[in-house]
Amino acid sequence: MAKTKHRLVKWEPTAIKEELLSKYPPKVARKRAKQILINEAQENETPEIQANVRTIPGIITMRGCTYAGCKGVILGPTRDIVNITHGPIGCGFYSWLTRRNQTDATAEGAENYMPYCFSTDMQDQDIIFGGEKKLEKAIQEAYDTFHPKAIAIFATCPVGLIGDDIHAVAKKMKEKFGDCNVFAFSCEGYKGVSQSAGHHIANNQIFKHVVGENDADKPGEYKINLLGEYNIGGDGFEIDRILKKCGISNIATFSGNSTYDQFASAHVADLNCVMCHRSINYVADMLETKFGIPWIKVNFIGAEATAKSLRKIAQYFGDKKLIEKVEAVIAEEMPLVDAVRDDVRTRTEGKTAMLFVGGSRAHHYQELFAEIGMKTLSAGYEFAHRDDYEGREVIPDLKVDADSRNIEEIEVNADPERYSPRKPAEEIAKLEAAGYKFKHYDGMIPEMDKGTIVIDDLNQYEAEKLVELLHPDIFCAGIKEKFSIQKLGVPMKQLHSYDSGGPYAGFSGAINFYKEIDRLVNSRVWSYMKAPWQENPELSATYVWE
Amino acid sequence: MTLLRHTPKEITERSALTINPAKTCQPIGAMYAALGIHGCLPHSHGSQGCCAYHRSALTRHYKEPVSAATSSFTEGASVFGGQANLLQAIENIFTVYEPEIIAVHTTCLSETIGDDLNQIRDKAQKEGKIPAGKHVIGASTPSYVGSHVTGFSNMVKSAVAQLAESTGHKNGKVNILPGWVEPSDMEEIKRLATLVGVDSILLPDTSGVLNGPLSGEYKMFPEGGTTVEEIKATGDAIGTLALGEWCSADAARLLDSQFKVPCKVLDMPFGLKATDRFIDALRTVAGVSVPNEINTERGQLVDLISDMHQYFYHKKVALVGDPDQLIAMTEFLVSIDMLPVHIVTGTPGKAFERRIREITKELPCEVNVKAKGDMFLLHQWIKNEPVDLLLGNTYCKYIARDEDIPFVRFGFPILDRVGHQYFPSVGYKGGLRLLEKILGVLLDRKDRDDPEETFELVL
Ligand code: SF4
Ligand code: SF4
Repeated sequence: MAKTKHRLVKWEPTAIKEELLSKYPPKVARKRAKQILINEAQENETPEIQANVRTIPGIITMRGCTYAGCKGVILGPTRDIVNITHGPIGCGFYSWLTRRNQTDATAEGAENYMPYCFSTDMQDQDIIFGGEKKLEKAIQEAYDTFHPKAIAIFATCPVGLIGDDIHAVAKKMKEKFGDCNVFAFSCEGYKGVSQSAGHHIANNQIFKHVVGENDADKPGEYKINLLGEYNIGGDGFEIDRILKKCGISNIATFSGNSTYDQFASAHVADLNCVMCHRSINYVADMLETKFGIPWIKVNFIGAEATAKSLRKIAQYFGDKKLIEKVEAVIAEEMPLVDAVRDDVRTRTEGKTAMLFVGGSRAHHYQELFAEIGMKTLSAGYEFAHRDDYEGREVIPDLKVDADSRNIEEIEVNADPERYSPRKPAEEIAKLEAAGYKFKHYDGMIPEMDKGTIVIDDLNQYEAEKLVELLHPDIFCAGIKEKFSIQKLGVPMKQLHSYDSGGPYAGFSGAINFYKEIDRLVNSRVWSYMKAPWQENPELSATYVWE
Repeated sequence: MTLLRHTPKEITERSALTINPAKTCQPIGAMYAALGIHGCLPHSHGSQGCCAYHRSALTRHYKEPVSAATSSFTEGASVFGGQANLLQAIENIFTVYEPEIIAVHTTCLSETIGDDLNQIRDKAQKEGKIPAGKHVIGASTPSYVGSHVTGFSNMVKSAVAQLAESTGHKNGKVNILPGWVEPSDMEEIKRLATLVGVDSILLPDTSGVLNGPLSGEYKMFPEGGTTVEEIKATGDAIGTLALGEWCSADAARLLDSQFKVPCKVLDMPFGLKATDRFIDALRTVAGVSVPNEINTERGQLVDLISDMHQYFYHKKVALVGDPDQLIAMTEFLVSIDMLPVHIVTGTPGKAFERRIREITKELPCEVNVKAKGDMFLLHQWIKNEPVDLLLGNTYCKYIARDEDIPFVRFGFPILDRVGHQYFPSVGYKGGLRLLEKILGVLLDRKDRDDPEETFELVL
């Protein structure tokens, strides 16, 4: 088997932090110091980290922008909405099929616009004279060519600057068509400090313009929505498979493998299950306030986590039949998972990982690594807020700064006709008394070991330093980070888009992941960094054949 | 089921909606060009999303680290201007990453606000934010003008405009501006120049930067790239060979008008005839006869064309890509008796359509050509008049699959295959490779489709 180079972890976490900061100009160092935290989170005291603050100009960040969060992450995976980017060509081009959102549009007559990229391709005259006319025309052309049920408009940086009123155009066209919902997103790239603002803008508009549009009852006994699952590499397919097997009906996934009608019907579900807390927790809150649907945090990354989440859903419905079915499914799925895990673990036990990914993935995937005996040395989010690190308890303390203030907050009230509490208050209270937690998220920090290093908005320089100092056996981040880390001789797994792998959710996903990590950390290639003559450069004056 | 199932055969005029673009925006081209300068950190002046997108797209294509910084605009900077952000960025970049040079390009945002890069650079200089001996250059690359190709051209032009010097003494070198081609192509262009005996300065030069080795070490600034010294020396060169009107001519003409370095604009050396003209130009510049080695390479390409001619002859081709590449490619296809019938570039420019019309005027069939077209239109053309081969970037694979057309990846971006970083497509050797790839898919197709009775071992 391949020999991986193992450097002893001798560094003290505080020394590492100092080392990371040492190269910065003083102002930058002061700011970064607050975003780098040595975890002491045990029991009740969760240390404070600075998050969701501006990126430092010139410091090579992993982050993207608001438009990317809105069009790319949230609306990207919906197949039957025509998504038109209003702006110069680039933004639309880069968000075209690059996130590996899979969708199943194989049903007869199903619409699928995901392989298409629609843009108004603004030219300089549009910037000078305004782009509303062109946008209006583009919407008309899209309607005439495709007759979709919905058209969504996304604003890019220049659109906000020149002041195009995209919402007015959308409204006008919606009224004109009558049979096509048209709505717009003010998701200019410069808003907010990261993609997170874009998630927010996307979710708010979907909630305002689509959720609740279809009141028809949906078949199924135990109806849930899955929030914050984007079907990267087919994760959503696997979760759907398991739910179906258990007899649970998934009304809507926000937004992996989703359709317009799923969003429109989301309010008929009886429970909301939140996967990625960061990207969507507020939608769960709004659905509860407006329609009375409670929410719980779930996690389908990791076999144990999947089992736990299924049990949690079953416990909520409290139906003996469902509880038994869930147990039966877990019992049926687990043996194969166990067998692969035990085998892989013999080769991965004791190895180390670092994870720096968008929102929840930097948290959830630690569970999968733990299942194969791997330790997470350091982790952090690209664009999380403090509650994703420290738990929802801190939400009331979060200061609303200038950058968050320009992200629209929508006022939600109970729907006069359609609000109905899904369970009597006594029943909820009983569940809670038994330790059941609604609307709850502990955040990442409490689940990480003491002495691990948590870093918000990691940048390229720090990534490279961390890898040099701690030499983890695997590093997880995104495509921009992939090859600089690998040049250092450390395998790098993309956790935004999974490279070409997946699914990694659920039971078969866990199996895929164990095997993938085994392949990566034990690949022979990492032992070839130096040629034989580089390992032993001394020359001895002998002929080869002597 | 088809993937692009909503694309109708019937073509209707669209004037506002672009569908499946055949181009992207200027800054990514500027970033790619800047990476071909040694010790250079490209910097995107705008909000951080553009930079993230451009880095991701280049990374996916080259499968190599692509470092670039950003001014990280937020709402405030967008309203009040990005000067403070850029000044801060320049200081941080020189402190943390220690590049030799920062190449700043604008985005649609900073352009719309009207930030003046030269003025900000001068301010940084005055405030001592640019260490002695280090450089900052800037290019204006609004994304609502031109395309990624224009952005590339603008950065190359800015590099010579802001760095080239004239000492009054010619240095005997020839500037070669290769245009937006692969690192492997740049290497091949250098090899050919050296073989002919031309002492050249290649600008930009991404070989060694975007096709580096895996060695357990990461260098943000690898060995490759045109050095600042070399760029300075372009002003003293005896001449410039600019490959590609769109990518390289502006910089070449600037060297001509500003420093009296005469220039010749050639096509990119893809295929037989364009390579012939390139070699001929090199020979003339150097005043030497072409070495036999090159004659042999040429002869090998001609040999292959004649050996396999029956498999190309009058096969119809649809192609999409960047203007300079497409012009040479179309000429190559015509020169081997293929029929390029649908040709689309996203980059605007009437001259493109004119050149293509000229190259294809003797073909025995109608030719559709559009500059500022998109792949949706290309697909519709194909539906109306099917082809035997499709040439273009990875996005074409949806069309290829739906319409069941043999497909060769060519251009930018290639997201799902490798080789473009390592094997050149320019020169005669590149021609051999292109032809081999085209033959590969055509013959695979024949082997797949031939009925049992005519299936044959020897082709
Ligand atoms: S905002 Fe402009 S520069 Fe940025 S990606 Fe979009 S088109 Fe390109
Ligand atoms: S895990 Fe990250 S990248 Fe993924 S949806 Fe959540 S916030 Fe976005």
